[in-house]
Amino acid sequence: MMGNIVLSKVKKSFGPVTVIPQVDLDIADGEFVVFVGPSGCGKSTLLRLIAGLEDTTSGSIMIDGRDVTDEAPAKRKLAMVFQSYALYPHMTVAKNIAFPLRMAGESADVIDKKVKDAARVLNLTNYLERRPGQLSGGQRQRVAIGRAIVRQPTAFLFDEPLSNLDAALRGTMRLEISELHQQLKTTMIYVTHDQVEAMTMADKIVVLNAGNIEQVGSPMELYQTPKNLFVAGFIGSPKMNFIEGAAAAKQGAKTVGIRPEHIAISTTAGDWRGKVGVAEHLGSDTFIHVQTEEHGTINVRAGGDVVVRNGDSVYLTPDVKRLHRFGSDGNFMRPHAGFHLAD
Amino acid sequence: MARVRSSESVRAHLAVHAVLIISALAMVFPFFWQVMTTFKTQTEALQVPPQLLPATFGFDAYRQVLQRIPFVDMFNNSVLSVVTRTVAQLIFCSMAGYAFARLRFPFRGTLFVMLLAIMMVPREIYLIPQTEIMKSVGLLDTVTAMIAPGLFSAFGTFLMRQFFLTLPESLAEAARLDGANRFQVFYLIMLPLAKPGLIALAIFTALWTWNELLWPLVIISTSSNLNLSAGISTLSGEYVTDYPMLMAGSLMAELPMIVLFLVLQKRFIEGIATTGMK
Ligand SMILES: Nc1ncnc2c1ncn2[C@@H]1O[C@H](COP(=O)(O)OP(=O)(O)OP(=O)(O)O)[C@@H](O)[C@H]1O
Ligand SMILES: [Mg+2]
Repeated sequence: MMGNIVLSKVKKSFGPVTVIPQVDLDIADGEFVVFVGPSGCGKSTLLRLIAGLEDTTSGSIMIDGRDVTDEAPAKRKLAMVFQSYALYPHMTVAKNIAFPLRMAGESADVIDKKVKDAARVLNLTNYLERRPGQLSGGQRQRVAIGRAIVRQPTAFLFDEPLSNLDAALRGTMRLEISELHQQLKTTMIYVTHDQVEAMTMADKIVVLNAGNIEQVGSPMELYQTPKNLFVAGFIGSPKMNFIEGAAAAKQGAKTVGIRPEHIAISTTAGDWRGKVGVAEHLGSDTFIHVQTEEHGTINVRAGGDVVVRNGDSVYLTPDVKRLHRFGSDGNFMRPHAGFHLAD
Repeated sequence: MARVRSSESVRAHLAVHAVLIISALAMVFPFFWQVMTTFKTQTEALQVPPQLLPATFGFDAYRQVLQRIPFVDMFNNSVLSVVTRTVAQLIFCSMAGYAFARLRFPFRGTLFVMLLAIMMVPREIYLIPQTEIMKSVGLLDTVTAMIAPGLFSAFGTFLMRQFFLTLPESLAEAARLDGANRFQVFYLIMLPLAKPGLIALAIFTALWTWNELLWPLVIISTSSNLNLSAGISTLSGEYVTDYPMLMAGSLMAELPMIVLFLVLQKRFIEGIATTGMK
């Protein structure tokens, strides 16, 4: 089953409000694509357009070379997992998983077999006769995934599927979904605003901002070469530090960005002097907020064994090779030969 | 300290229960009075000061009811009305209510305002036009004419619409993606989830139909075509009313509804419990 999805010039307005001005996007078969962006930027809307739950205002959507712009959701052969799971509360787990098969007119034997298979894969065998209301959040999530996989869709759409789960369960489910993708090799489009999910799961990340695609690329591409200030600030946690003014001008840029993990911290010597504000010790890492004399607050990510306290004097030294320069339009500028921050 | 508080709470408990018991008695007493009256003679019923219990328990009043009115016909008419109207309203009002809640179609807003307008006008306004309509289609004095106006109701549609609005839209969307067509979404997903609303509508419709008085009296002239509640009302005479007989007739008319209500009430609670999921 193929799952190549192409959006061309897709536009979506709700009445007078344009939520998505124009989106062009090519999703290859088998790819795991993550949509990220701030709240309200149109991630869900874009996903719903692909699913067919919303009509496009203009533009076209092709699945495997077939124009599906005006096709009903079911005809597109996509499966969606909702943030709220959207399980049918009056049906048992088995009936929930069987529902799409029943709608497709499969025979009782086939349905029974496929439901059992899905339940086995998802560890739901013991819960088949329960109602969704009698399940934990993680189990409900698995039922929703089960309902999606049984009819072998051309692609899976996930809208923040893990956001209702606690941190530990989110980690487990993240792995399960990644494993599922490796097993099935089916196209998956996944909406999240969780950095870790985006970076760890995606083959390709699509960064959205106010309905526009800011950048498309692999997680490492976005991390290493963000195209503009928005992407630079959005991808990576903790956030990239931005420095403006004279120091940036010396680099011939409006803004210079440096990631917290690319700054060395020392108590004896370095380029920038400052005082430690808050130090967050996570065990594996330490996030240190340093109040510098020249550049305001700079966040630094240091090893877990670095011990500093509030008020300590420290020196910071950025790794010049890892600087990002942005012009006055906010776009990335190619590095020029021999540039450095401290002269 | 704890003892003081607990004796206070016991006292509060007693006070609450005293109020509850008095209210319960106040509600049960008229019913008890009615039952006792059916066993009395007319003289006993009108005695001053009134006596609570009859001298002897006689069933004359019940026998008289059966002689004075075609009780069985009327009972059948009532049952037929209740069943037909309840089934019809469950079908039509749930479908119309779902349409108003979830489907987009031209003039939806206008139509909904018109629906609300129907609810705001007293029913009595329709008595004459409805009679005219029945006359023009040749249905005067028929059970069909008595039943017809209650096959659909603005109130039921409104009730169901409000209920469907509380169900999450994502369920319908999930079902559509799962390959259900619009009718299947309605029938397989939304309708089962609307069970508590449907039960409420069924109770309202059944009760209202069983007790309907004015419309049957207007449209029906042959007593064997009347429903029971209108039929019982013909027992109260113009000059003298035989109270034991009237009370016996009323009791016979009330009992089926009381039984039905008790059964449905249990269902009602069940219905809410099974769909209770966030
Ligand atoms: N049915 C609708 N009618 C009008 N406006 C809508 C509708 N659906 C979404 N919007 C608007 O479109 C914009 C994008 O919404 P969308 O739900 O796609 O955002 P999102 O990126 O998924 O946000 P979040 O991360 O909070 O889920 C928002 O400004 C929202 O108010
Ligand atoms: Mg969203």
